[in-house]
Amino acid sequence: MSTPASDQLNKPMASSLSKPMRKPFRFPWLLAYAIGYLIFLYLPVLLLPLFSFNDGTIVAFPMKGFTLKWYAQLGEQDTLLQAMMNSLIVGAVTALVATSLGLFAARAYVRYRFKGRELSEGLVMLPLVIPGIIVASSMLVLFISLGLRPSLTTVILGHVFVALPFAVSIMKSAFDDFDQSLEEAAFDLGESVIGTFRRVTLPIVAPGIVASLLVTFTVSFDEFVLAFFLSGNQPTLPVYIWSQIRFPAKLPNTLALGSLLLLASVLLLLTAEYFRRRSTKST
Amino acid sequence: MAGFLKTETGRGLALSAPASLYVGLLVAAPLGILVAYSFWTQTYVEIDKTLTWANYLEAATDPLVRHLMLRSIAIAGAVTAATVMLAYPIAYFIAFRTQKKTLWLLLITIPFWSSYLLRVFSWKLILGFNGVMNSALISLGLIEEPLTFLLYNEFAVVLTLAHAWAPFAILPIYVSLQKIDRSLLEAATDLGCSKLERFIRVTLPLTVPGIIAASLIIFIPTVGDYVTPSLVGGSQGKMVANLIQVQFGPANNWPLGATLSLVAMASVGFVAILFVILATALGRRIR
Repeated sequence: MSTPASDQLNKPMASSLSKPMRKPFRFPWLLAYAIGYLIFLYLPVLLLPLFSFNDGTIVAFPMKGFTLKWYAQLGEQDTLLQAMMNSLIVGAVTALVATSLGLFAARAYVRYRFKGRELSEGLVMLPLVIPGIIVASSMLVLFISLGLRPSLTTVILGHVFVALPFAVSIMKSAFDDFDQSLEEAAFDLGESVIGTFRRVTLPIVAPGIVASLLVTFTVSFDEFVLAFFLSGNQPTLPVYIWSQIRFPAKLPNTLALGSLLLLASVLLLLTAEYFRRRSTKST
Repeated sequence: MAGFLKTETGRGLALSAPASLYVGLLVAAPLGILVAYSFWTQTYVEIDKTLTWANYLEAATDPLVRHLMLRSIAIAGAVTAATVMLAYPIAYFIAFRTQKKTLWLLLITIPFWSSYLLRVFSWKLILGFNGVMNSALISLGLIEEPLTFLLYNEFAVVLTLAHAWAPFAILPIYVSLQKIDRSLLEAATDLGCSKLERFIRVTLPLTVPGIIAASLIIFIPTVGDYVTPSLVGGSQGKMVANLIQVQFGPANNWPLGATLSLVAMASVGFVAILFVILATALGRRIR
């Protein structure tokens, strides 16, 4: 091997004036694979919107024609609107509770070195690795035993549980870049603990908070299995969609609704990503 | 007490307590009750609270339970292997062959910011008898009859889950590739390793931690997946989560459902620990 390894690793920069290297053309297999893989990843996500405009009830090629009627019909369905309200309520409360819990916990993990920190950090991440069906069934049993009937409240309790790891990790990265001396300066200048938190800490980590609120909202908004077990007769949007999937006649409406949800999730999370990046670059 | 709250430990514990207590309580309490239920029995509408091993006996002897349990573990294993193997080249590509790392990482994660339920549903539409794939292939003249092996079997479940968990494999492997000290690779080349040798003896062993992390993140939740086997699995692709749901829903046998949940969790844990031990040993072996 005559070429240094570093040359192969860092793709050769466009060598400006020197003669082009005598490198024989090699088909970029990895790039081709990566593009094929992207198509595989995007196929199901782009399919729903594509067929939601199709003027026919069967999802198959060839497509029939363009229509917006499936979207127009959505507004007339009362159960759908009720499920949408339920999801918005559950998502909003979940986002607020999970982000508040995550804010304080992340602050502790980043700022203080204390006994039990690693245990506590591990515990908070646990919901990510427990299979959903086990969380759902065990919580149902617990809530019924405590006399809590399945309702939006029980769904919120479950969703805070699954959303918490996301809130904690986002808030941790927000606090990671936070310059401690700013708080000390505020103390020295006579601010109280709460005043410092409100007027110095909070504004600086605010983008992280917004990101966490958006992500936890979306986690709750899209979550199905827990809501399926815990919502009783107050379905959230995914539970409503689940009940519609079985009826072929409702398929186009489900596609339209699904497309709107996909769009909402992606927009919310792109916004969250924007804020998250701002929060980690700010200092 | 006030003095304690002024110390590092006191402040740290006080601030992190709400979150960790919330998770701790919602793990421990349901688990405790689940254990209690697993020793009780369902007698029509009532729960008989005499302690008995009957549910565990039933879980151990019922061929359906054993069959679904083994199938869930096999499917989750296949999903894990397929996802990790498909993801590795992408992670490698992003780590070594492109300058636009952030863009590629973003491109790969965007599809997964959408509802899981809807993505699985979309696969059902793609793979169906009169679905997108078949109708497209027929329109193109590549096949004459719809392919029937696409939907309602283990293949559909593995494909759908391999899609659903893709970023969870790509990201940890990418991180472990990114961490590799580039001078190690140069050294391997200088010492006369071919590219393939260098990959097998240097790069691959150094990414074993990433592979283990990816595998666990995928394997554990996949064993208990409910949505995918329900929508695309048909009768051949049913998994243990479907059986658990039946006990808590239509069959209304919560004690058996609780037992199955616990048995599933224990089996997952056992297989996961076994896997970590094996993979770590193998990683050392190659080096």
